[in-house]
Amino acid sequence: MKKIFYVLWAVAFILGSVGVAQRLMYGHELAAYGNRVVWGLWVAMYIYFIGLSAGAFLLSSLVYVFKIELFEKVGKLALITALVTLICALLSIWLDLGHMWRAYEVITRPNLPHSMMAWMIWLYSAYLLLLVFETLLAFRIESGKYVGEQLASYQKKLQLLASIGIPLAIAFHGGVGALFGVIASNPMWHSALTPIFFLVGAVASGSALFTMIFAFFWENKESEYYKSMLQVLAKIVLVAVLFDLLLEWAELSIALWMGTPEHTSGFREMLFGNYWFVFWLFHLLLGVAVPVFILLTKKDPIKIGIASLLVVFTFIGVRLNIVIPGLVAEKVHGQAMAYIHPRLAYHYFPSLMEWLVGLFIVAFGIGLFYLGNKYFKLTKEHNTLNA
Amino acid sequence: MQCDEPPCVDVCPVSATWKREDGIVVIDYKACIGCRYCMTACPYEHRMFDYGEKYSEGLPRLAEYDNRPSFEYGKIWERPDKHSSPVGNVRKCTFCAHRLDQGLLPQCVTTCIGGANYFGDLNDPDAVITKIVNKLNVFRLKEEMGTQPKVFYLT
Repeated sequence: MKKIFYVLWAVAFILGSVGVAQRLMYGHELAAYGNRVVWGLWVAMYIYFIGLSAGAFLLSSLVYVFKIELFEKVGKLALITALVTLICALLSIWLDLGHMWRAYEVITRPNLPHSMMAWMIWLYSAYLLLLVFETLLAFRIESGKYVGEQLASYQKKLQLLASIGIPLAIAFHGGVGALFGVIASNPMWHSALTPIFFLVGAVASGSALFTMIFAFFWENKESEYYKSMLQVLAKIVLVAVLFDLLLEWAELSIALWMGTPEHTSGFREMLFGNYWFVFWLFHLLLGVAVPVFILLTKKDPIKIGIASLLVVFTFIGVRLNIVIPGLVAEKVHGQAMAYIHPRLAYHYFPSLMEWLVGLFIVAFGIGLFYLGNKYFKLTKEHNTLNA
Repeated sequence: MQCDEPPCVDVCPVSATWKREDGIVVIDYKACIGCRYCMTACPYEHRMFDYGEKYSEGLPRLAEYDNRPSFEYGKIWERPDKHSSPVGNVRKCTFCAHRLDQGLLPQCVTTCIGGANYFGDLNDPDAVITKIVNKLNVFRLKEEMGTQPKVFYLT
């Protein structure tokens, strides 16, 4: 069984590498986005992964800030999950840049305080540093090598870092949402709800990812700890997914009730356009209805894992539905028919090269996590803060 | 559109685009990282990303005009590969600032065989352009966005 996964992973990694090679050799020529739909799969993957990171990080704060005993053993797992997903996010957006080797310019010549993107990058850079230091400290403390005053000092530093991390995670991920929200010329994005939607989505998808990893990869599946932990995690995922649904209802119902054509074209594209099934089947059915049913009625750990898996896998659809439909709408009436050219089309489906690069990033993340787990034994039931 | 209140300028993360004193919104091709955020901000979708394509690509022979450089910002921009600026950068109309700096009119105004375009300095009260835009049969696109574009349409 394990061998099949290794082979599948290797195939994914190799195929993905082909895509990355094409991206590095030919720039963006093989990408399907153009001058109308300017952002595509990679931007959606970026907001997907960075949401996972923020969500997993906020879960880790249950250990390192609120010291909830039940979560003690999985603190490091949450931190490493947050770190790996952050790296995947940064890889996604780095490859999306027109001049990726100039990315450092956001640090050397940022457009602060005006640019929301500059804010977001500074905040998630601070978050990255904090996450690295917090992870190092957590490992140091739980190694058992330090005692007495030295240990207490490290624990204090860890709690401080983790505490600062909460508003920082909210700020940077709220900033990712605000980046979309402040764009007045895109009515679908231009809402006060957008940053909140991002934050709640982060908790929903991040906690679902964590629950999925815990359900399937925790080594001691017979223990009481495993079963009781999953009941708690199931509730967190359930509440977060339902709250996310509430926000979606607010967004859609308010916009569409009596909305102007300009304001609602993005939402109508999402609900009734060419890719209607991404919202109705992929997200609502597989990503909300089925998982909520399972989480409400089943107690079996593996079923909880499956429900969480469904939420995680389908959440990329939610992120794609934020990025794409708003851009598939002419901003000046008549522009859709004024020019006929692939780069000027109000239509988007990722090209093969884009999918391959996406595959590479996912495989890279899975590989990184697998190595981290193997080396640090994150899914073994021995880690406690008081070890 | 050379807006007086350009939404694209504020969003750029690396300050690669700004409004000149004469009102023209420009892009520094050496600074732009190609994130395309400014393109999402423009209410007119008037900014373009250079994907490195040429008009006659894929045809039996590359046309001669595809090898000619462009001269924005007073520099010579060849496009020899898929990576060198301005490929990978966002580009836009600059009212041919490089021609204005030489006392010439923008190319589109010079080229128009119908004489349908007028161009000039709005700060000059005696200019033809100033007399034209203050008439009643003049409008701008998307006034409600508050962008104050500098392209006026005569009806």
